[in-house]
Amino acid sequence: MTFNAAALLLLIAGLALIGWLAGRARSKLLAGRAGAKLHSRPQYHGWYVALWLFAPAAIFLAVWSSVSPALITNQVLASEAAQNLPSFGFERGAILSDARSVAQGKQADVRLPAAAPLVKPYADATRHYAWIGIAAMLALALAGGLYAFTRIKPDFRARSRVEKIVMAVLLLASLVAILTTFGIVLSLLFESIRFFRLVSPAELLFGTNWAPQSGAPQPDTFGGIPLFWGTVLIGAIIAMIVAIPIGMMTAVYLTQYAAPTVRKWVKPCLEILAGVPTVVYGYFAALTVAPALREFAVMIGIPNASTESALAAGIVMGVMIIPFVSSMADDSINAVPQAMRDGSLALGATPNETIRQVLIPAALPGVMGGILLAVSRAIGETMIVVMAAGLSANMTANPFASVTTVTAQIVKLLTGDQEFDSAKTLAAFALGLVLFIVTLLLNIAALRIVKKYREAYE
Amino acid sequence: MTNDDLTIADPKMKAEGVNVFYGEKQAINDVSIDVGTDLVTAFIGPSGCGKSTFLRSLNRMNDTVASARVTGRIELDGEDIYAPSMDVVQLRARVGMVFQKPNPFPKSIYDNVAYGPRIHGLAPSKADLDVIVERALVRAGLWDEVKDRLGESGTALSGGQQQRLCIARAIAVDPEVILMDEPCSALDPIATAKIEELIHELRGKYAIVIVTHNMQQAARVSQRTAFFHLGTLVEYGKTTDIFTNPRQERTKDYITGRYG
Amino acid sequence: MNRDTTPTDWKAAAMQKRIAGRYAAERRFKLMGLGAVLLSGAFLAFLLFVMVGNGARGFIYTHVAVPIDFKSTPLTVDTARLDDADADQLIANAGLADIVDFAADEALGDGGAELISENAWKEVRSAIKADPELLNGSSVFELPAASEVDIMAKEGTRGELGARVDALEKDGKLSTGIHWPFFKNADATDPAVAGIWGALKGSVLTIFIAFLIAFPTGVLAALYLEEYAPKNRWTDLIEVSINNLAAVPSIIFGLLALAVFINWFGLCQASPLVGGLTLALMTMPVIVIASRNAIKAVPPSIRDAALGVGASPVQVVFHHVLPLALPGILTGTIIGMARALGETAPLLLVGMRAFIGDVPGGICSPSTVLPMQIFLWSDEVDRGFVEKTSAAIIVLLIVLLSMNAFAIYLRNKFEKRW
Repeated sequence: MTFNAAALLLLIAGLALIGWLAGRARSKLLAGRAGAKLHSRPQYHGWYVALWLFAPAAIFLAVWSSVSPALITNQVLASEAAQNLPSFGFERGAILSDARSVAQGKQADVRLPAAAPLVKPYADATRHYAWIGIAAMLALALAGGLYAFTRIKPDFRARSRVEKIVMAVLLLASLVAILTTFGIVLSLLFESIRFFRLVSPAELLFGTNWAPQSGAPQPDTFGGIPLFWGTVLIGAIIAMIVAIPIGMMTAVYLTQYAAPTVRKWVKPCLEILAGVPTVVYGYFAALTVAPALREFAVMIGIPNASTESALAAGIVMGVMIIPFVSSMADDSINAVPQAMRDGSLALGATPNETIRQVLIPAALPGVMGGILLAVSRAIGETMIVVMAAGLSANMTANPFASVTTVTAQIVKLLTGDQEFDSAKTLAAFALGLVLFIVTLLLNIAALRIVKKYREAYE
Repeated sequence: MTNDDLTIADPKMKAEGVNVFYGEKQAINDVSIDVGTDLVTAFIGPSGCGKSTFLRSLNRMNDTVASARVTGRIELDGEDIYAPSMDVVQLRARVGMVFQKPNPFPKSIYDNVAYGPRIHGLAPSKADLDVIVERALVRAGLWDEVKDRLGESGTALSGGQQQRLCIARAIAVDPEVILMDEPCSALDPIATAKIEELIHELRGKYAIVIVTHNMQQAARVSQRTAFFHLGTLVEYGKTTDIFTNPRQERTKDYITGRYG
Repeated sequence: MNRDTTPTDWKAAAMQKRIAGRYAAERRFKLMGLGAVLLSGAFLAFLLFVMVGNGARGFIYTHVAVPIDFKSTPLTVDTARLDDADADQLIANAGLADIVDFAADEALGDGGAELISENAWKEVRSAIKADPELLNGSSVFELPAASEVDIMAKEGTRGELGARVDALEKDGKLSTGIHWPFFKNADATDPAVAGIWGALKGSVLTIFIAFLIAFPTGVLAALYLEEYAPKNRWTDLIEVSINNLAAVPSIIFGLLALAVFINWFGLCQASPLVGGLTLALMTMPVIVIASRNAIKAVPPSIRDAALGVGASPVQVVFHHVLPLALPGILTGTIIGMARALGETAPLLLVGMRAFIGDVPGGICSPSTVLPMQIFLWSDEVDRGFVEKTSAAIIVLLIVLLSMNAFAIYLRNKFEKRW
C-alpha cells in the first residue's frame, strides 16, 4: 500500500466526471420538474459540482505528496530500529533510501545489510500515512461534491460561479511568475546570508584571492574579483567583440541589402545557430577551438598558453550570441520609420551613408538595449565556460590563459561531494545572488531603453 | 495633351510616355508632362490616382521599391535620368524631395541641415558649412525661430517647423528641382499657410513640383496644374484655366467636388 | 534662374572622384555585410561538419568474429528459467564471461580476450536468451571489439595492440556494423556498451513533466494578463517578473531548484521530476510571452462579435480567442520546450550529473538527460567516448531540429493575416 499520487489523481478525476454528470442531470431534472427556466445551461451546473469535487481534493493531494515523505521518514527515524544508524552523511542517506526502495517494492531485496531492519518500519509508516492521506482526500472530495450538489437550483447562477473559479485559476497561474521570482530572491538571499555570517560580503566582492577550501572558511580565500574579471573578460569583452560587429552587420545586410530569397534562407540558419544547445557549443569550444587557439598561441610565441583559454570560450560564446544580437538589431532597424530612410536617400545619400549616419543612430537605443541583454545572457552562460574556460582563478588580461567565471565556479562548488552547509556550497549561492542582481539590473535597464525607444516611434 | 500656349521652351524636366508598374499592376499609364524652371507645378487628383507615384519617379525614389519598374523617358535638363550613365546620387542631389510627413532625422537641427552638404562634400570647411546651414534655414524661414538652439534635436520642433526643417534640409544641397509630396497634409492651417508662403518665396529659385489633394492650395501656390485620374494624366494647363475653364468633363467633375 | 549661389558643378573632376569614392565605400560596406552573413553561416557549417565528421563513426562499431563451442565448454544453466526475471543474473553466475574469454583466447591467440570488449559476453547472453538452442552447438558470434581495437580499426591508426589488429584484419575477422547498444543502453564505463537510451528516456520524462506544468500555467497566465488583468500595480509586478524571468540565467533556476525542491521539499534528487520542475519554471515565462503575442494577434472584432451575441467574457476567451490563438501558442511552446531539452546548467545543480547506469524507470528514479550525457562523455578520458559524444550531439540536434521544424511548419500552416 503506497501513496500513488498519479493513480489517486485519476481516481478523483473519475469522481469529478461522475459529479459533472450528476450535476448536469440534477439541474435538468429540477428545471423540468419546476417548469422554470435554468439560469445557466446544465453543463455549468455539472462543472460547478465537478470543480468543487476535484479542486480541494487535488490541492490536498499536491500538499500531501510533498509533505508525506518527510512525515514517513520522521516516523521511521523515531522507531527503535533507526537508533543505531550512522548519525550523518552519505551513508545514512543511502541506507534510508535503500530501505525505502524495498518498502515501496521498487527492488526485491536490500543492498546494504544495515537497511534490512528499517524495511518494516518504512513499510508500516508508508501504509499508515497512505491511509490517512487517501481517507482525507476522499472525504474532502465527497464533502465538496455534496456541498455543490445540494446548491443546484434552477435559478442558481452556476455559470457565474464557475467563471469566478476559472478566473481565480487564471490569476493563480499568473502568480506563479511572482512566486518564482520571490523563490529565487528568497532562496538566494537566505543561503547568502548564511554565507555572509562566515565570510564578509566585502571579501567576496573585493577580495582578489579565490581558493575556497573545504571545512571552516580560511581567511582570504573567497575573493570574488578574479571570477568577476573572468566573467567580464569572456562574456562582456571577447564574446561581444565577436558578436556585436558580426551580428550588427548581419542584421544590416539582411534588412537593407539582401534579396527576399536570401533572407528566407539565412534567417532559419540563424535560428538553427540560436537553437544549438550550449553544451554542444561548449564541446565544440573544448574539442576544436581551444586546441587550435593553443597551437596558434604557441606559434606566435605566447608563453603559458593553455588548452583551456578565455579566448576559446569567449569566441564560441560570441558566435552563440550572434543570432541574438542580429535579431535585436534587425527589430530595432525595422522599427525606424521608412520615412527616415527615404528622407536620407532623397538627399542623394548612398545606402551605406543612410545606414551608418541615419538608421543606426536612430536605432541606437534599441540596439543598445539588445546589447545589454546579450551581455546579460553571456555572463550567465554556464556550459561553454565550464567546458572550455577552465577553473583556475587567474587575474590576467592574456586571452590565451585560462580564467574562470562566476557560473563555472557555482557549478564547481555545488557538484563535488559537499556537506550542504559548508562555506563552499553557501558561497555558490552568494555568487548566484551577485549574478542574479547584475543580470537583473542589465535586463531592467535594457527593457526600459527598448520600451522607451519603441514608444518614440509609435 | 498638347496645347500651344503651354509649351515651355526650356523645360527643367520633361516626361514622355512614362509608365510605372508595381509588379504586374500598372500605376501610371503613358504620362507626358513638362516641368518649367521658374514655375510651381501642382499635381492634383483623388487619392490613389498615381500623382505621388509619378512624383517619386522624377527623382527615382521608386528605385527603393523592389517591385517598381519605370518605362518611358524622363529628362532633367535634356539628360535621361533613367539612363545607365545617370548617377542616382547626383540626380537626387539635384532633384530634392520633401515628404508628406515631416521626417527630420533624430539629430540636431544643425546636423539635419548639414547632412546633405556633408555627404556630398559641398562645404570645404566648417565655416562654409555654417554659411550653407544658415542660408538654407533663412530660405526655409526657420532661421529666426531656431538660430539660438541649433544644437537641439530636430524632432523636438513643432510639426510645421519640422516640415520647414525638411525643406531647409533639401535646399541645403542646392538642388535645381524640389519635389513636394503633400507637404502640408500633416499640418495645421497656420503651419500650412507658412509653408505656402515659403513656396511663393522659393519660386523662381527652384523648379517646384507639389502634389496636393487640396485644390485651394493648388490654386493658391501653383502656376501650372496637372490633374491625374486612375494613373493617367487627364488634363494639364495653366492653373487659372484648369480651375475656371477645364476642358475635360472629368476635371470639371473633380474640381466641382463631384468625386474625390 | 534667380539664384544667389553658384550652382554645384556635379561634372567637375573632383566631384566625380568623390562620388566614385562614395560608391567604392558603398561596395565595401555591402561586402562586409555579406561577409558577416557568410561568417555566421560558415561557423554553423563548420560546427555541423565537425560534429557529423566525428559523430558518424559513433553509430557504427567494430566486431570480431569469435566462434564459441558450447559443447566443449558447456554453460550449465537451466534453459527452462531463461525467461525468468533473474535470467541475466543466472547466466552471469554460470560463468559465461569466462567461457567467452576462453573462446576468444582460443580463436584469436593468446591474449585474445583483450581484443574484445569486456562486456562482449553480455551480447552472447542476449543471444542465448533469444535462442537457447545456441547452447547445444557451436556458432560464430560477432562480438564487439575492445574500444582501442575499434578505434584502430576505424581510424586506421595503430597503437599498442596494432600488430594484433593487423592480423585480425588480414584474417577477415573484423566487421563493422550499426552499434545497436548505443541506441538501447544507458551509460556505461565501456564505450562498447555505452548508449544514449537511458539519457534519451530521461530527457523525454523530464520534458514531459516540464510541459505538463509549464504549458497550462503559461497559457492560463497569458490569458489572464492579456484578457482580464486590471491595469494596476500587481499586474505590473507580474509583467515585470515574467519579462525578467525570461532573461534570468538558467543556472539561477538550478540554484532555486536545489534550495527549494531538493533541500526544502526533499523531492527525489537527480530525478526527472525535479529536473522537469526546474525546466518548467524556466520555460514558463517563454510560453507566457509567446502566448500573449498569439492572443494579442486575435483581432478585437472577434471578441466584440462574441460579446455582442451575449457570450460571457470567459466564454469569449475559451470558445473563440483561445482556439484561434492556439497555433501561435503551440509554436511558442514547442520552441520553449526545445530550448529546455537542450538545457544542461540548471540540471547540473540538481544532481543529474551523476553516472546513471540504468535506464530510468519512473519520474522519481535517478536519471540523466541527453545534454548532460554529452557533457559527461565529453569529460571521459577513454578515446572511444569522443565519437560517442559527437554521435549523441547528432541525435540531440536531430531531435531539436525536428521540433523546431515542426514549430515552423505549424506557424506557416496556421499563420493568419487578419
